[in-house]
Amino acid sequence: MTVDDRFVRDFRETQEEQLGTPTEIITGPVSDWATDFSHLEPEWAADPYPILDDLRVRCPIAHTDRFGGGWLPTRYEDIAAVAYDTERFSSRAIIMGNYRPPKELAPVGAVPPISSDPPFHHDARKLLLPAFTKKEVAKREEATRAFCHSLIDSLEGLEVVDAARDYAQHIPMRVIADMMGFPPEDGPRFRQFVENALEGVNLPLEERMAHSAELFDYLLEQIRDHVANPRDDLTTYLIDAELHGRKLEPSHVAGTLALLLIAGIDTTWSAIGASLWHLAKTPADRERLVAEPELLPTAIEEFLRAYAPVTMARLVKQDMHWRGVDMKAEDWVLLSFPAANRDPAQFDRADEVIIDREINRHVAFGLGIHRCVGSHLARMELRVALEVWLERVPVFSLADPSAVKWAVGQVRGPRTLPLRIG
Amino acid sequence: MKVQINPERCQGHGRCYDLAPGLFTEDDEGYGQVIGDGVVPPDAEREARIAVSNCPEKAITLVEEVRG
Repeated sequence: MTVDDRFVRDFRETQEEQLGTPTEIITGPVSDWATDFSHLEPEWAADPYPILDDLRVRCPIAHTDRFGGGWLPTRYEDIAAVAYDTERFSSRAIIMGNYRPPKELAPVGAVPPISSDPPFHHDARKLLLPAFTKKEVAKREEATRAFCHSLIDSLEGLEVVDAARDYAQHIPMRVIADMMGFPPEDGPRFRQFVENALEGVNLPLEERMAHSAELFDYLLEQIRDHVANPRDDLTTYLIDAELHGRKLEPSHVAGTLALLLIAGIDTTWSAIGASLWHLAKTPADRERLVAEPELLPTAIEEFLRAYAPVTMARLVKQDMHWRGVDMKAEDWVLLSFPAANRDPAQFDRADEVIIDREINRHVAFGLGIHRCVGSHLARMELRVALEVWLERVPVFSLADPSAVKWAVGQVRGPRTLPLRIG
Repeated sequence: MKVQINPERCQGHGRCYDLAPGLFTEDDEGYGQVIGDGVVPPDAEREARIAVSNCPEKAITLVEEVRG
């Protein structure tokens, strides 16, 4: 057996220099959402739903010249069509910003398998699926529940707590750190990585590159530690994994770890926070769930529908006329699962939150081959987080509605959520 | 009445085995599997219909059996 020397040198040094395409940074108030949309402006972060509802009626596919050009379909039918059409829409980049990665990165992409296209995608995804089944994540429920209780214990005696900062964010951070075998005390660094990757997408390119380097420096440090001290976790699993008879490329190992770390944290953090926000401002729903905890799984699906945290992006492969608009090669397409989930053509009373909605074919976790690999984990964390909160803190309200701050960009959830307890 | 999953459409969302665990289960990768021959007992028909109508990929069908 040979020593695993894939990670001795920094794999980035031996990669060929591949330059992507930066585009002009345009910020500031949107003139017309139909022709100048931006998912990075405060108005969008504060409340995107009226914007999406308006566009769905009058466009329904909005355009922007920002970010080098992009499109925003708002109808369920169009969003589903993009998600299913991996021939015409590439996942080479899935975060819309001021930079398109080099074409040579396809079909693997920087963070496989979310950034991968067929046929590579299938096998890279298959590597991850067994670790994220419902049965497998159920093994983490007990530890997750105990951790949620410990978080509530630490809020003892406070009248006002920030449920996003002091509760929601810590839960997925701890769960994913455990799964990956990363030090749990690195939470503050994870938060920085998440903010850089998802909110800092329109910063000057040098800053974005520096942010990315910090993340990959950290991952390489963790990988090397696992090469030296293998253990039963996802990092060692990926280091040892084989694809097509060979160990994975070092960039594949690091890219997948980057994906799991970023996508494993901010999404669930957002979903827990948005659910608590809804319950804080809707006493009837809160009281009903306290009285009928068995309704929670159904209510959770409705929170996922109404406050779907995740929007994805795609790149158009070739110039084409698509459903009434002229798309150009390399245009972005923002794949708004939140918009699909509020399409009245697909859902009755789409703009209302109905916690006992029985028929709920929502697409919060996407559609098609890129269905969120962590959906079962997210559902477990969200259920346990809300069960523990409602059991321990049955009475709460928004301490100051105007102080609630939502994340900008493609993952939306409260980042500041002051709640009055009792 | 029988339930069937179209494996070409199933992406492993798992709504079927969440909502109708008597009729569906998951395989080692999380894809939905019909338990046994998929025959739906009369008292599970409602559960079956809920699973069908909550599958995001529309991968499940209910087949009414024709009795000979």
